[in-house]
Amino acid sequence: MPNVTFLVATLLLATVAFVIGRRRAVEVGGPRRRDLHSLPSYYGLYVALWCGIPALAVGALWMMFEPGIVDSLVLDALPAGMVPADPHQVSFLQTAIRRLANAAVIPSDADPALIAAAAHYNSLQQTASLALAAVLLAVGIVGLVWARSHISPAMRARNRVEKLIMIALFVCSCLSVLTTIAIVLSLIFESIRFFQAVPITDFLFGLEWSPQTAMRADQVGSSGAFGAVPLFLGTALITAISIVVAVPIGLFVAIYLADYASPRARAVVKPLLEILAGIPTVVFGFFAALTVAPFLRGLGGSIGLDVASESALAAGVVMGIMIVPFVSSLSDDVMNAVPQSLRDGSAALGATKSETIRQVVVPAALPGIVGGVLLAVSRAIGETMIVVMAAGLAANLTVNPLEAVTTVTVQIATLLVGDQEFDSPKTLAAFALGLLLFCVTLVLNLVALHVVRKYREKYD
Amino acid sequence: MAAIETLVPPAKVAAAGAGSPVTVEARDVNVYYGEKQALKQVDLDVRRHEVTALIGPSGCGKSTFLRCINRMNDVIEGCRVTGRISLDGEDIYDSDLDVVALRARVGMVFQKPNPFPKSVYDNVAYGPRIHGMAANRGELDEIVANSLERAGLLKEVRDRLNDPGTGLSGGQQQRLCIARAIAVNPEVILMDEPCSALDPIATARIEELIDEIRANYTIVIVTHSMQQAARVSQRTAFFHLGELVEAGDTPEIFTSPRDRRTHGYITGRFG
Amino acid sequence: MTDLAVRPMALRRPDLSATRLRRRYAAERRFRFYGILAVAVAAGMLGLLLGSILYKGYSAFYRTEIALPVNFDPAVIDPAGTRDPAVIAAADYAKIARDSLNARFPDVSSRADRRALSQLLAAGTDLRLRAIAMKNPAIIGTTATVELAASDDVDMLMKGRISRAVGEADRTLTDKQLAWMDELEADGLVAYSLNTTFFTAGDSREPEEAGVLGAFIGSILTMLVTLALAFPLAVATAVYLEEFAPKNRWTDLIEVNINNLAAVPSIVFGLLGLAIFLGFFGLPRSAPVVGGLVLALMTLPTIIIATRASLKAVPPSIREAAYGVGASSLQVVTHHVVPLALPGILTGTIIGMARALGETAPLLMIGMVAFIVDVPKGFTDAATVLPVQVYLWADSPERGFVEKTSGAIIVLLVTLILMNGIAVFLRRRFERRW
Repeated sequence: MPNVTFLVATLLLATVAFVIGRRRAVEVGGPRRRDLHSLPSYYGLYVALWCGIPALAVGALWMMFEPGIVDSLVLDALPAGMVPADPHQVSFLQTAIRRLANAAVIPSDADPALIAAAAHYNSLQQTASLALAAVLLAVGIVGLVWARSHISPAMRARNRVEKLIMIALFVCSCLSVLTTIAIVLSLIFESIRFFQAVPITDFLFGLEWSPQTAMRADQVGSSGAFGAVPLFLGTALITAISIVVAVPIGLFVAIYLADYASPRARAVVKPLLEILAGIPTVVFGFFAALTVAPFLRGLGGSIGLDVASESALAAGVVMGIMIVPFVSSLSDDVMNAVPQSLRDGSAALGATKSETIRQVVVPAALPGIVGGVLLAVSRAIGETMIVVMAAGLAANLTVNPLEAVTTVTVQIATLLVGDQEFDSPKTLAAFALGLLLFCVTLVLNLVALHVVRKYREKYD
Repeated sequence: MAAIETLVPPAKVAAAGAGSPVTVEARDVNVYYGEKQALKQVDLDVRRHEVTALIGPSGCGKSTFLRCINRMNDVIEGCRVTGRISLDGEDIYDSDLDVVALRARVGMVFQKPNPFPKSVYDNVAYGPRIHGMAANRGELDEIVANSLERAGLLKEVRDRLNDPGTGLSGGQQQRLCIARAIAVNPEVILMDEPCSALDPIATARIEELIDEIRANYTIVIVTHSMQQAARVSQRTAFFHLGELVEAGDTPEIFTSPRDRRTHGYITGRFG
Repeated sequence: MTDLAVRPMALRRPDLSATRLRRRYAAERRFRFYGILAVAVAAGMLGLLLGSILYKGYSAFYRTEIALPVNFDPAVIDPAGTRDPAVIAAADYAKIARDSLNARFPDVSSRADRRALSQLLAAGTDLRLRAIAMKNPAIIGTTATVELAASDDVDMLMKGRISRAVGEADRTLTDKQLAWMDELEADGLVAYSLNTTFFTAGDSREPEEAGVLGAFIGSILTMLVTLALAFPLAVATAVYLEEFAPKNRWTDLIEVNINNLAAVPSIVFGLLGLAIFLGFFGLPRSAPVVGGLVLALMTLPTIIIATRASLKAVPPSIREAAYGVGASSLQVVTHHVVPLALPGILTGTIIGMARALGETAPLLMIGMVAFIVDVPKGFTDAATVLPVQVYLWADSPERGFVEKTSGAIIVLLVTLILMNGIAVFLRRRFERRW
């Protein structure tokens, strides 16, 4: 882990700079330090920042470009003909070289050319490390000396340090926006490439989805093969089933907890819901595939129904159970926001609890509940593992919950797992699906968050 | 049951005084919130077609007593009531008594107007609907119209019946709440500082209203303002530190209180 | 719009008749019952889920072993008698294992039967024997009784997961193999012991040789990267937004953006990782560092939201007091507000980390789904994580992987429960109500 070593070394250097800066401040501040504008440690911090930040920046840039440069140097040094044309193969080769370079004992059956390359790789790495160390030290010391020479009693070290920290905080807060931009850009670029091969109308309105066939026949963008309507329908079907399961259960759980449960019952039920909410989705997927699906199949068989072993019903029901705590905690929040005075007003008119809940609390909380349900829908649409494990790959154009369907997320996962050839429409299709998924959930989230916020403002 | 109900002009009942029959009778009422005793041995009679004002400094237990009369304290955890409160001779803390039925007979108006987030019409129709008071839409319309009229609100909201009740002004909202309470035709209406959130003009309007409707109901009002008690009530009860210090005809309480604490309070020495 | 007119009307009282009240109370009871029913369904499903996993998975923690006298034949291991470790390491221990079985069942003679016989033992038996010989070279030349792990088919049979009732063609063990096992069991040579392989090995194609250590270490490495990135960034963001940010369009945008990011499907983060970290920056596939990066981006909003909530809970009086003695705004935040909010921040962080630990989908996108036998040693080694291991095993057709999958889920859930337990403890112990 040379990177960690460099990081620690830079931090050590900055610590030294801190001590030097502090001492310098005490010197120029005179015996009583009254002339110093800020506490001496701020001068120390000032020097440390000037020493550490440039060094870290240089180091980060270096780390970003070094592996690429070293790799290409190693590849160039390989005997001609050993470098495959396929970039994917190249990355395998690089992995092999790196593994050899890191191996404690070189296996006897290794290719001598690769061993040579590994040795070359190691020597390059060593040179690079030494060079980096020298550069870091130089940058750090220049910064240190420069900052130290600027220390004077009148310098407002605290204000400067705080200004820097404030900038750093601001930059951190912008990272989330950067993440969104990165998501959008990466999805859009790959999608554009996909839509160059497959017309967007075929993708959005086509009724047949079989990316595998298109690849085997080597017909890039053969018409009809990338029609995503079966995926949309499958996603909608499973989402609908899960919402039908989750909303009534979640709502009634919330009602029970808010208005009926004794404190003791609440102390039991709430942690149960938290456990349910904390179970990883892959566990739900396993449960759906190995317990619920066979059960439903058996149940269907006993009443003469033919249930597919990977039915939409099993995936939808289990997903619904997964979303229950989500719906119940959101509904609980919004129903708690309904003022007690309304419940009192209704009770004072002689309404029973259920009449109050049905006719006053739920209608009052409805916007918030709708917002929560929209968030739940967004979550169900984007859920991956349950459907990957329990819903299957068959792109059937059906709304029969007993048949197997596939969803957008399942296709993204399966298109990108396993052998990958970037550039083939098959993998690019995953990005187009991802873009669509992102847009749909974005709209749902924004609407839901807006509705919930407006609702909260009403009662705050 | 089918007697035609007409509004009795206020002037005719103004003289109703000591002679009215007792509607609510409280004997030896103690209320505890957990360990803390909020009311101590309260004995009080509330007479029919009178306005009884409960006054006293904050935290003296007057609201607690009010909420005992329709058992709204039931919902507060750890609250315990002992003693006997009867409505027309019927013990309302009897285990056989149905709280829902009791509250239909004893309406309540709260400190802060709390109209439901429904239309004006639905706010008033809420009580009649849950109690099955109207056989059809026509009857319901009738009840709503009469209640709004009696609360003096019909003229102002006639064109806004389908607008949300929360969109009315504060004073209108409080009168809507009174209309909502009246719609169920309760025997007793409890009012918990109904004007404390309102401006003086809206307050005056509500006070007028209280005086108008007492012809048909028995009213118990908690108020912070002694002037208001003097203006609207026929009888006044003074609470202090959970005790009922003194109760009597309003003019008497305000002109010649028997207890030193009452005197101190009404002359503004504390409270 | 209803037009209302006031007419004298009949005096109407509430219908408080017993019949009607009874009906209303019946509706009340029904409503309450629906609430209880909903809770019961949710709790029942949770119980069913945990129960089925425990039932399927408890047997992953022990294994069937066959005690066999093993002759560490010097002629096979070290014919020259040099005791050179390289020679001992290279010997054919599979033959030694076969020989010891053959010695136990001398009647078995045909080639096919002998192969079937050798299939009673786990695929890694030779490695185990080698380890014994390497550790204690003095054993060479002696015969020692060694408890050898059985193959997964035998293991499943002995644990009752394979029914003897089905026909020979429908099960993985032949009638002969069943008979041999019966004989061994009758001799008291079959025993059960803690399945150490499960905790000390990486992945394997053979259920009896597969373990969760590789995935567990992979998870820890990934989580370290996530924590190192997400915690400081999230706290910095939250502090900026809550304490310093001016109220303008940009900060509004950041807020909406963070709330939205918290609800973006996790698989989209995987696509981001694939396109940006692997495609653009050329970071290694399947590496914990990339997984950690992706999960950090995913966890950021959760920690930011939790941190902001606990910063908001610190009463303004504390800030005013600190400003009152002349602290700068940064000093107020670093000396007073953040330390007071720290328990809440840590709780939120742990909960975010627990969620990241259970995340699978985005890691599939960046290749952490590869079949990796070695336990990862660094942040750039190819690795997988616990939930992905669960996914991989759940996909494997061998009967033995069902219990391994459930076992891995149990390990995952126990880890999550521990993390949440710490969070609850922190909350109870340090959180103060203002």
